[in-house]
Amino acid sequence: MSGTITIDQKQLPINGEDNLLELIRKASVDLPAFCYHFELSDFGACRMCIVEEEKMGFIASCSTPPADGMVIRTTTPRLQRMRRTILELLLADHDRDCTICERSGQCRLQELTLRFGIDNIRFGKDIEALPRDELSASLVRDPNKCVLCGNCVRNCSEIQGIGVLDFAYRGARVRVMPAFGKSLAEVECVGCGQCIQACPTAALTIKFEIDSVWAALSDPHKRVIVQTAPAVRVALGEEFAGKAGAISTGKMVAALRRLGFHEVYDTCFAADLTAMEETAEFLHRFEKGENLPQFTSCCPAWVKYAEHFHSELLDQLSTCRSPHQMLGALLKKFYAREQGLSPQDIFVVSVMPCTAKKFEAKRPEFTTEGSPDVDAVISTHELARMIREMGIVFEELEDDSYDLPFGFASGAGTIFGYSGGVSTAVIRTAIYKLSGKRPAVDFAFTPVEGFPNVNETIVPVGDGAIRIATVHTLGAAKKLIAALRTGELSYHLVEVMACPGGCISGGGQPLISDAQARHERAQGMRGADKLQQIRAPQDNLFIKEVYQRWLEQPGSDVAHRTLHTGYTSRRRVFGQFIPVVAAERPVVDIKVCVGTSCHLRGSYGVIQELAALIEKQQLTDRVNLEATFCLEQCDRGPSVVIDGHLLEGVSEERLPAIFEEMVVKNLV
Amino acid sequence: MSTEQQIQVSPSRRNGQRQFFRLNEIIAEQTGANRSLIAILQAVQEEYRYLPEEVLTYIATALDLSPATVFGVATFFAQFSLEPKGHYLVTICDGTACHVKRSMSVYDAICRKYDLTEGRLTTPDMLFTLETVACVGACGLAPVMIINGKTYGQISPEAAVAIVDKLANREEKEE
Repeated sequence: MSGTITIDQKQLPINGEDNLLELIRKASVDLPAFCYHFELSDFGACRMCIVEEEKMGFIASCSTPPADGMVIRTTTPRLQRMRRTILELLLADHDRDCTICERSGQCRLQELTLRFGIDNIRFGKDIEALPRDELSASLVRDPNKCVLCGNCVRNCSEIQGIGVLDFAYRGARVRVMPAFGKSLAEVECVGCGQCIQACPTAALTIKFEIDSVWAALSDPHKRVIVQTAPAVRVALGEEFAGKAGAISTGKMVAALRRLGFHEVYDTCFAADLTAMEETAEFLHRFEKGENLPQFTSCCPAWVKYAEHFHSELLDQLSTCRSPHQMLGALLKKFYAREQGLSPQDIFVVSVMPCTAKKFEAKRPEFTTEGSPDVDAVISTHELARMIREMGIVFEELEDDSYDLPFGFASGAGTIFGYSGGVSTAVIRTAIYKLSGKRPAVDFAFTPVEGFPNVNETIVPVGDGAIRIATVHTLGAAKKLIAALRTGELSYHLVEVMACPGGCISGGGQPLISDAQARHERAQGMRGADKLQQIRAPQDNLFIKEVYQRWLEQPGSDVAHRTLHTGYTSRRRVFGQFIPVVAAERPVVDIKVCVGTSCHLRGSYGVIQELAALIEKQQLTDRVNLEATFCLEQCDRGPSVVIDGHLLEGVSEERLPAIFEEMVVKNLV
Repeated sequence: MSTEQQIQVSPSRRNGQRQFFRLNEIIAEQTGANRSLIAILQAVQEEYRYLPEEVLTYIATALDLSPATVFGVATFFAQFSLEPKGHYLVTICDGTACHVKRSMSVYDAICRKYDLTEGRLTTPDMLFTLETVACVGACGLAPVMIINGKTYGQISPEAAVAIVDKLANREEKEE
């Protein structure tokens, strides 16, 4: 669309803008909106961005395309009155305890209330307080703070391709919630926290773990060790009015010491270790041609996503734990012993840009002698909160540096925080290992046509080549996985990060309102890499030392026990079954999984066949048959459980024999 | 297990298999480009008499939708029920014509007799569910009561209670 448009008596050219709102904001008018988000589809729900057009009357500017000759007024008495009424209506049902609200000062509703000078709400509160959902390890959902803009709904479905949240009910009773009003902990939420970033109020917030950290810091019997993720250093400064992407490592370390942490380490060191392990694992698979493409496993939101939706890929996931879990395991398993401490005496805190890491740290497999390898995960935002609470003037801190040995990292470890970083680290390690030479250059990643957020690079090795893809956001990953299945695309290594651009825009990072901050943070990460003279993990002396002292070599048995893990399928929604044959006096109990993967593998046919067999043998009053949702064995479905015995890969042909053996014989 | 619980599960006992197979037929009929979630939900509700959570999840799985989206559609429309309904569905029309003919006094009479209140409109033995509807298009017969598809016109509160009583007695005898 081209032409000109008049906005508040000012002429403006149309330059391919999708909607009027974009154009109006370019005219330096900050038109208010809740549901308009820079990377989501236009929704037109909140009506705050209404404008008056000469011929069309009142229109929502976010969902109206600009047309030549439009004459727009953004502020008239009637528009002002309408906007105020909308705000008043939103406020009427809103939990207005701003003083104790986590988002106070960063809340769009609060900001607009102030801006429009609303000092009285004419409407009474009509709704009783609804319960907060605090069961998830990653986030808290408070329906009393929701303004129904739908940003979280669209973010989860459009960006992440999951759709955990949606609108339910109607009219005055409309709420945003997971399926059946369940808790986020009971559904397929991966905990990425992108909905927190999209929420204009405090309806979705980070699950805070600050209290447990303060408690540990004041416990004289605990040695409190902290590690900070790569992406924290390029964003923490923003919480203290710093520029996005500015590296504040020195001040951050100084602040952590002032807070009372005994030892301050860098997760980038552990990222070097991850690169060593993951490369060894990859080269082994590459040579054997097994379980390819290998998918990276540093992103816990992606790992949980794969467990929920792609059980068939679990063997292809790298078995490497994510970097902070690797360091946690080293600290609890080896370092504690060397220091004459038990794992319980050490309290490990990870400062992460991420909310999904909070869930990851609570996985039962990540423990040493019953003590979690990482005791608490706090987000960048929570660290900023702690710094402020203690009254530390961040800007005036003198730079400090990490402790050794776990505080030194190569450039490769530093760049784990943005999309492409992990692959680059693996490429550097692999080239070094294969050629014995220090990698001189980085391979440029080029966008893959038709696949947004997917980039690829081809690394020549010997006679062949290693094909590597990076993808960020789970929606894009979903599309890539589909193309890998059909053979449209083919790679040896696929790096997946759940958040847009990677960890730099994780759910626990300071809030951003446009793509620019994201770009600057990535820029900051690249700069941090270049500042290191040592670019490849093999050259990191302290990595060598760790292998010499404890881990032997990459991929060794002890490295596997300490640094690697396994994955399990997860169901989408908790606790459901459908009765198919319900016996009056059941003797044998049969459950057939109808979860997504088993359904695709033909579990319905299995049910039909079983029902027919039960009928044929006249056992309807003695055999219970249920369709159940997910036995969490998705990679080997269809799964059937007969009286507690799990059978995998049950085909219809095998059923008569199984039925005879396990059901009929037991009944005779 | 108490008698009450036994009665509650008994409908699915008798029909589980047929219902589940029918559910799959309904989904199969609706696949392809023109699949329509609402049509599926309507047909499935006809089969199960309400929309059980696990059935909604199953439909979401089969249609590659998120369960939250299916739940959203099912809760948006008043025609869908996520609560099990009684064997007899007693519908009182409360459209304008029926309302002015005092349809709510019919409703209230049944509530009183069977101890039903807002939020608990199904009898504990799962025999009756009472509901209102905004106009069934039979305004000439106002006030109107419909029980499982059978329409009773110009009904008085006393007559309505008598009809429901009769059905209750018949069930008792059969048991």
